Amino acid sequence: MSDTDHFVEFERVQKSYDGEVLVVKDLNLAMPKGEFLTMLGPSGSGKTTCLMMLAGFETATHGDIRIGGRSINHIPPHKRGIGMVFQNYALFPHMTVAENLAFPLEVRKLDKSERETKVQRALDMVQMGDFGSRRPAQLSGGQQQRVALARALVFQPELVLMDEPLGALDKQLREHMQFEITRLAHELGITTVYVTHDQTEALTMSDRVAVFDDGRIQQLDAPDVLYEEPKNSFVAGFIGENNTLVGEVVEIKSDQLCVIRLDDGEVFDAKPVNVHKVGDKTRVSIRPERVEFNKDRMTPDAHTLHAEVLEFIYMGDIFRTRLRVAGNDEFIVKTRNAPDQPRLKPGQQIEIGWMPEDCRALDA
Amino acid sequence: MSDANLTDGPITTADGTSLKKSLRLALRRQKIRALLLIAPLFLFILLTFIAPIFDMLVRSVENQSVPETIPRTIDALEAWEAGAGAPPDEQVFEAFYTDFALAVGYKTHTKLGARLNYESSGLSSLFRSTGRKVGKFDTDAYADAFVEADPAFEDPAAWATWMAGAATRQALPLTADTYDAWATMLMDTKGKLAAETEIPDFVTTALYRDLANGSRPADMPDVNVSGWEPVSLAGQFAGANKGWADPQVWAIIKTYGSSYTPGYFLNAADLQLTPEGISQRPENQRIYVRLFIRTIVLSVVITGTCILLGYPVAYLLANLPLRSANVLMILVLLPFWTSLLVRTSAWKVLLQNQGVINDVLVWIGIVADDNRLELINNATGTIIAMTHILLPFMILPLFSVMKTISPSYVRAAKSMGANDWTAFWRIYFPNSVPGIGAGSILVFILSIGYYITPELVGGTKGVFISNRIAYHISSSLNWGLAAALGTLLLVLVMALYWVYDRIVGIDNVKLGG
Ligand SMILES: Nc1ncnc2c1ncn2[C@@H]1O[C@H](COP(=O)(O)OP(=O)(O)OP(=O)(O)O)[C@@H](O)[C@H]1O
Ligand SMILES: [Mg+2]
Repeated sequence: MSDTDHFVEFERVQKSYDGEVLVVKDLNLAMPKGEFLTMLGPSGSGKTTCLMMLAGFETATHGDIRIGGRSINHIPPHKRGIGMVFQNYALFPHMTVAENLAFPLEVRKLDKSERETKVQRALDMVQMGDFGSRRPAQLSGGQQQRVALARALVFQPELVLMDEPLGALDKQLREHMQFEITRLAHELGITTVYVTHDQTEALTMSDRVAVFDDGRIQQLDAPDVLYEEPKNSFVAGFIGENNTLVGEVVEIKSDQLCVIRLDDGEVFDAKPVNVHKVGDKTRVSIRPERVEFNKDRMTPDAHTLHAEVLEFIYMGDIFRTRLRVAGNDEFIVKTRNAPDQPRLKPGQQIEIGWMPEDCRALDA
Repeated sequence: MSDANLTDGPITTADGTSLKKSLRLALRRQKIRALLLIAPLFLFILLTFIAPIFDMLVRSVENQSVPETIPRTIDALEAWEAGAGAPPDEQVFEAFYTDFALAVGYKTHTKLGARLNYESSGLSSLFRSTGRKVGKFDTDAYADAFVEADPAFEDPAAWATWMAGAATRQALPLTADTYDAWATMLMDTKGKLAAETEIPDFVTTALYRDLANGSRPADMPDVNVSGWEPVSLAGQFAGANKGWADPQVWAIIKTYGSSYTPGYFLNAADLQLTPEGISQRPENQRIYVRLFIRTIVLSVVITGTCILLGYPVAYLLANLPLRSANVLMILVLLPFWTSLLVRTSAWKVLLQNQGVINDVLVWIGIVADDNRLELINNATGTIIAMTHILLPFMILPLFSVMKTISPSYVRAAKSMGANDWTAFWRIYFPNSVPGIGAGSILVFILSIGYYITPELVGGTKGVFISNRIAYHISSSLNWGLAAALGTLLLVLVMALYWVYDRIVGIDNVKLGG
């Protein structure tokens, strides 16, 4: 086990605030150096709590947290050397931007000229070079955000924690900042733990995403894996748009293929992920863009389902069609806007199908 | 809209009235309504706050009682040189005789004595004792002589007739003036008519003076007074009380003869007005400057102890979980629910020589039984009791400011490597300074004017200037001096406020939010 592969490590960490409810239940996580990891999950799932335990502002009730192989349970926050960007920025209102940035350097007893060069470099890095003499209150939200980022990076920490730093920004600024943060993190080779409950943010920025729910990591994988191969129906439902059909396993042919019968009797193929034996109840998940209704593009032996078009929405680059499938009115199909792409009309009766590996039989 | 509308004269509304005018009309109604809403409060403040302060300011320089009571004397004193070291001449005493006799009739001579007593003690008794004797001066010799010359001089009705004649009045100005003043006094005080009352000696004395000056009466019987033996009024007064022969007394009367005087203010600053100008009071009479300094120093100390004690409490209040914070808040507010008097008396019980604290210290063995600590009836007692009473005024603004300091500031500081102390001192503390500012202003201004507590536990060494003001208002009745002291205190507070604004900046004061 090398230090670089397990730079940050949570081992069987539990946390309870009141001694009655476990907010974090059995957290296990290992981050290699330089990774950008995002904690994603619904509100109250324990993301901030994990971050605070890592930063040292909350103590784990049980378990061990290690940075660089050293257990940090008994290291006070100011000795952990972790840069942090807070949800509300936490810029010191009584100091100018430059003073804010100089603070961690001052605490580290750097001399004045060195401080000034580093502060200026950090400000330039976030394109805030001209704002050093302003007060935080005189900056816009996005500018404050960038200053907060520069402040967390100015003392060159190896690990940076960010708690929903972009929550307060508008869409355009948020996308811009997402790009800047990932760029900086990769350029400087910083290990980053990023907390958000915006799934697009998580998917676009991270090397790996940890999906939190109910105090546990439900799945920890790279964004594409997470999206394409969700391990359970919570992850499938939480990440991206998703169609679900409820049914029962009637046959397991291999670990790649099983047959599902829906409640109304129709049968089709799926990939068994979370089902183990015939007769298991299952929730089947298909991404809207993987649904096919063009007979020519389907494999000849594929099972098809009967569907009725309810609504056709033109969205520019894609078409979004709402179908009724096996009694489910919210079945969505997304197709790319291409010259040969047919536009379905409400009321039309069609057959839909998919590749068996795109259709994942998950837990009920 | 075209530019023409902007350039072609004033903009108008649809019906043609000028826009400015209709805007003014619309706003006026709003303004009137707003004024009506604040009118009750405004009136209340005017009556209970502004007006008394104005009255105080006027009182602190007002000196009407001297020139109103002895106007003729003040006039006559004009020519007298106080520096010469001799009492004034006979003319002044003649005027003073008239004034004083009238004042005795109005019974205002004691008030005048009391007023002048503020400037030099002893004058009060001088005026009072002379008041009993002024009716028995030897000037009755003139009256007897006049009656001997013509019995009509004994008839009040005859006097009334003479004094009604314009020619006589013109010929005998002193007599007319004195007679009129006497008649008014009679009417005002006793409701009697001069025409039915025996002529008093000072009126006949005035007649004698007129005649002796060479005036000839028009309609009155002419009496030749040149051979008469003059009665020296200076001698008469000196005989009544030898204080009247003292030039000092006359110097004070002359100095305080004008309607407005800086005397109270000078007195409040331990100075006095002498004929030679402003000078310091004698050593043993200088108390106010010392009291002012003590008031300020003790208030600063009290403010300081309030900060020291209140800051940690406010910090706890702002950072404890809600439940415990509520309990603590009740403890902080508890003093407000107890009478001020009860609290102060409780301190008396605790702090006195045989009190609880001394007993405990003796019992533990920290202090010897025969060497108990002096905790009360001195500045220490005032500081302890006042700190306790004013502490909530420090804690509450501090608390409300600290409540707004996000805990993430300190966390951010720590995450950047600051230890607990640095994070507190560099980040938390500067953000709580506005609370300290607000609390300090409250406590300092409250304590600088505090009265009850220093009075009860301050002894002589721990009293404030306000106790002296109260003394002058309710015991010595020297309201002018009390007003001057109050005005000085007001000016002092405003000056300190200005300095504070200069140093700390009043924008740096927050009561929360
Ligand atoms: N100081 C605290 N005392 C008691 N319970 C707390 C405390 N802080 C958080 N919790 C509880 O712990 C749980 C997890 O909280 P946490 O702040 O970690 O959620 P989160 O995943 O960050 O949510 P969000 O996305 O809304 O920020 C929540 O149920 C919350 O009520
Ligand atoms: Mg959170």
